[in-house]
Formats: sequence, structure tokens, C-alpha cells
Amino acid sequence: MNAALTPFVESMQDAALAPRLPGSGLAWLDSARATALQAFVQRGLPEVRNELWKYTTLRALSQRRFAAHDAEAAMRMVPPSMLPAVAGDAVRVVFVNGVFRPDLSTSDRLPEGARLQPLSQALREQPEPLRFLLGAQDSEDDGFTLLNRALATEGVILRVEAGTKVAAPLHIVHVGLAGEREAAWHLRSLIELGEDASLDIVEHHVGESGAGHLANLVRDINLRDEARLGWTVVQTAGTEAILLRRCDCRLGDAATLDFHALELGGKLARHEVRVDLAGARARFSSRGAFVLHGRQHADTEILVTHRGRDTVSDSLWRGVADGRGRGVVHGRIMMQPGADGAEGGFYNKNLLLSPDAEIDTRPALEIYADEVKANHGATVGQLDENVLFYLRSRGIPLDMARRLLVRAFCAVTLDGIEPPALREHCGALLAAQLPESMA
Amino acid sequence: MLKIENLHVRVAGKEILKGLSLEAKAGEVHAIMGPNGAGKSTLGNVLAGRPGYEATQGTVTFDGRNLLEMEPEARAAAGVFLAFQYPVEIPGVNNTYFLRAALNAQRKARGGSELDSMQFLKLVREKVREMGMTPELLNRAVNEGFSGGEKKRNEVFQMALLEPRLAILDETDSGLDIDALKQVAAGVNSLRSPERAFLVITHYQRLLDYIVPDFVHVLADGRIVESGDAQLARELEAHGYAWVRERAPAEARA
Repeated sequence: MNAALTPFVESMQDAALAPRLPGSGLAWLDSARATALQAFVQRGLPEVRNELWKYTTLRALSQRRFAAHDAEAAMRMVPPSMLPAVAGDAVRVVFVNGVFRPDLSTSDRLPEGARLQPLSQALREQPEPLRFLLGAQDSEDDGFTLLNRALATEGVILRVEAGTKVAAPLHIVHVGLAGEREAAWHLRSLIELGEDASLDIVEHHVGESGAGHLANLVRDINLRDEARLGWTVVQTAGTEAILLRRCDCRLGDAATLDFHALELGGKLARHEVRVDLAGARARFSSRGAFVLHGRQHADTEILVTHRGRDTVSDSLWRGVADGRGRGVVHGRIMMQPGADGAEGGFYNKNLLLSPDAEIDTRPALEIYADEVKANHGATVGQLDENVLFYLRSRGIPLDMARRLLVRAFCAVTLDGIEPPALREHCGALLAAQLPESMA
Repeated sequence: MLKIENLHVRVAGKEILKGLSLEAKAGEVHAIMGPNGAGKSTLGNVLAGRPGYEATQGTVTFDGRNLLEMEPEARAAAGVFLAFQYPVEIPGVNNTYFLRAALNAQRKARGGSELDSMQFLKLVREKVREMGMTPELLNRAVNEGFSGGEKKRNEVFQMALLEPRLAILDETDSGLDIDALKQVAAGVNSLRSPERAFLVITHYQRLLDYIVPDFVHVLADGRIVESGDAQLARELEAHGYAWVRERAPAEARA
């Protein structure tokens, strides 16, 4: 079955003709890319009948064309405000319109035991270890992961050796700037922590408002036994940005992943996070919030699979939609046979601030094991009139009262972000996103 | 200071106040008593501006201004304070932060300068000492997990900090044991001043043993049917509200 050759699919086919993909000439890579492109052309963009895309329609996107790259990306000036200092000693890696910028990055300052290479460099210097990552296909691939397999030019290849505790956070910044034409870029990253290694990553998405682009990010996170990763995503992309992100995480015995997310920008921002708690006593915690206005659309999919014994997952998400904003939250906990003693929880509360806003939340449990505990809960509501009146009766004006309550509603998801400077930074971004006046 | 004339108020399509008139001058403490359903809490809420409380007839002036036309926050800035019968819990909003936001919003609305955090903390510490407030309560979210007594004391503490000109206490005594009642009453008494008027709404005479009012009004079926001094409260306690209804003029019972 061939999907319709939409303008979007055509523009991606054109992009694949470009001779500039790093690593081209490697037979296994060329073949994998060609196969993936073919599969993408056949399948097209994900459709709403796909359970994971049920509330995110790509009909408008399918009619758009994107350039294969931004030729000026390596030279563009990045305003300092787009490279915030999240922690004084953070090591920074910057991508501008999908292109690695060594002039803005300090990844050579990573301590011994941690090695970071841009994907393009890794493919030039030692591609063989990436064969497993880039040469395969996966039954769980969707249109965007296939596109990514076909077209990824850049990314972060990071390995932290066993026992290495990296103290300073790693700050990965994705900057979207206006170019001659609207461009699409596809980044593929791999983050591997050896046994008992520890690292904190802050991933920023920033961008110019009004600059349209499509960023398609696919990452793999692999945490060996007893490794610990703190991962905070702060998304304040420009108003026209389209962000499609997927992350596949695998945790070994007693490994820990602490995930925080603050989704504030973008026109369409989707994040699909798949967590495989493969090892015994592996732990995943996630905290996140989105605040939407105008016609922003945010879609968060947290898909957790418990396979190891005594594994724990615990997710707490908050959503706020104003204007014609549309939020989607899908939390799925799957307990596989053998996951005895596992505990999973997914809790999501949402606020609608306007009659035209919409939030769809779906917690789902699939249990195939005995002796497990799983809980979920989801609500969509409005600001409590009694609380608003209480604040106003003390002299706090209505719009300020609303902002205060929305901020408090979301702030619970910022707890636990480390270091404190980053938590404060997130709190300030959140406050800045709160509508000045909410009708 | 406060002048209510022939006030009719409708809530959820039902007329609750049916021609209430009352005048309170600075320095006076007025107790509003009455049986359940008489409209006591409606009076407090309509004065504070709670949405859904619709005045269909009559006037309320506060320092010469038409109170009914003002937003709740403007009434607060003008000096109206309602101590809630059921103070709400606000998870995630720190009590100190809330108090500072409220005080500064009022100061700003009155054209004054806002207090910085040092000035504010100094003021809060002073008030904590004066009111015998538990300082730990200030570091918690507003009313979250507070006991009934703590909530009511927090209301009185807010009153002390915001220094309103007209303080309305809506059944501040309900649900309090005798010790908590005494503490709350002592707090209120310490705030009595020639510049400030109080409306003390209560179902029971008990509170009025500790906050001795200048005037007592009996509210029944949406209007004031009897007014007197503190002695009236004691007679009510002895005879019950039925006694007032019997004494009320026929037209008031209609």
C-alpha cells in the first residue's frame, strides 16, 4: 500500500537525494537509509487511527514542504538569550537548525570517562559501533522514526563509562532560527551510561518566534545496571516550530531515570517517551507540565513497560490550555509477565482556561502479571471559583489570581529538578508563559 | 461608613435578602444573629462581592461609594475584609507569598508603594508576635492541611495584616472549641479601633461573650427584625429565635 504522495512526502524524498548525508558510502548505512525511506513513502505520516496519534492530526503538515537543510546554519548568529546558563559549570552542546556548532559548544570539557561526539563526526571516524543503532529497523517505527532513519544527519553520541559520575550537567541546546526557507532536520542521538555511572542532562529547545521549521529527534537512552540519569527537557521553541521527539529508554538492574519536562513553546510539540524497565528494581520517575495558548498543540506520550521484578514507575503531569490550545496526555503502564512486585503510577491533572481549549488525557493500564500494583488518575477541570474569590477578596486582582493559581498548579512538577538554579530557571519560564490576561 | 438600605439579594434564582437595612459607623461592632437560612452568610458574601450574589434592589454605600458596583479586589483595597466561614485551601501557594501579594496589591490599588521582602517580613514578624500566630503556618500552603481552628486564626491573622476598615466575620466561631474561640476573640478584640467597624455574623451568643458588640441585630427571613444592644443577644440565648419571630411585626413574617 502506497500512501498518497503528499507535498510533505515529496519534499522528504527530495531531501534524500542530497549527496551530503554524513556516512554515505557505507554500504550498510546506505542500505538502511534506502529501506527506511521506502518504508516511509509507503506508509506516510502517522494517522489518527494509530492509537498513539489519535488526537494529533498531521493533515495540515502533510500539505507543507520543507527544505532539506539550512545552508547558513553553521554561521547564524545566536542571540545570547537563547543560550541560558542553567548551571555555572554546565558543559554545553549546541545545534542550530539541526547543525552542530562547535563554536558555541564546550563538549571537549567533559571529564574523563565521558565521551561525546556529534553523530556526523562519529560516522566519519568510527561508524562501526553505530551499526546496531542505525542499521536496524524496528517494529515500533512510525513515519517519523523511519524518516529519521532515512535522513538523520546529526545528533549526540554520548557514552559514560562504568563508575563515572559526571558532576556538571550536560546542556544540550537545540536552536531554531529563521532561514531562507522552512527547513526540516532529523537528529539521532544515543546516550549510554555504563554500570553505576551518573549524569544529568538538560535539553533546551529554543527558537525565534515566527520561524517555521520541523525538528525530528529520535534518541536512545541506555542505562546499564545501577546507572542514574537525570534528564530535564525545557521547551520554549518559537511559535511556528514543529517538534517531533521520540525517546526509547532502556534501564538495567537498579538503574534510575528521573525525567522532568516543561513544554511551553512551539506550534506542535510532541514527545513520545518509551521506557523499558528491563532490569530488576529499575526506577523511572517523570514530572512534567505544559501551558498552551493560541493554537498551540502539545502531545505527550509516556509509555512505560515493566519487565523486571520490583520495578517502579511514577509519573505526575499537569496540563493547562488557554485560547484554542490543545493538549494531549497519554500515560500507559504495561506490566509484562515476570514483573512481580512492580509498582506503577500515572497521574495527570489538567486545567482548561478557555471554552475553546481542549485537553485529552488517557491513562491506560495493561497488566499481564500478578502481584503488581498499578494506579492511574486523570482529571480535566477549571480554576476553582471559590479559590479565585478568596484571593480577590484579599485584594488580589482577578488576572493575577488566575496566574497565581495556574503557576501553583504546575509548580508541583518542578519539585526535584536539580540543581536549584535550573529549578528557578524553569519556574521563571513558567511564570513568563502564564497569560497576562485570561478572559 | 457602611450604609445598607432596603437590600434585596438573589442567589441561584432565589431571593435570600428581602429588604435589609443597616448602618455601621467607624468604631462600632455590630453582631448579626439569626437562625439558619435567615441570610446571614449571604449578607457577608454580597458585601465582599462574591460572584453569583445578585443585588436586585436597594443600595450599599461604603464611605460614600457604591459598594455593589466594585469588583471584590477593589472592595478589599477600599478596606472591606470578609473572614470566611469556610476558608479555602490553596495547594502550592505559600501563605507568606499570598499575604505579600495581597497586601501589595491593596497598597498599589490605593496608590501607595509596595513593600519589598525585607519590609514585609518585618511587618509579618510584628503581627505574628502581636496576634500569637504560629509562625510555622506561614511557611505552609494557604490553609492546606490546617485544622479548623488554624484556618480561623489564619483569617484573623490576615485581617491584622491587611488592616481593613470594615471587617466582616462570617461565623468565625463555628467549629471552634472554647480555647480556639477565646484565641480568635482575643485577636479580634485587639483589632478593635475607633477607625474600624465590625460585622460579627454568628448563630450563637457564645462568641458575643468574648467579643462584646455595641449593637445586636436579629436577621430572619431576609431582613432585620429586631435590633438592640448586647442584652438582646442574651435574651435570644434564653428564649431562642422563635421568640423573635413571635415578636416580629406581621409584615416581617410575610
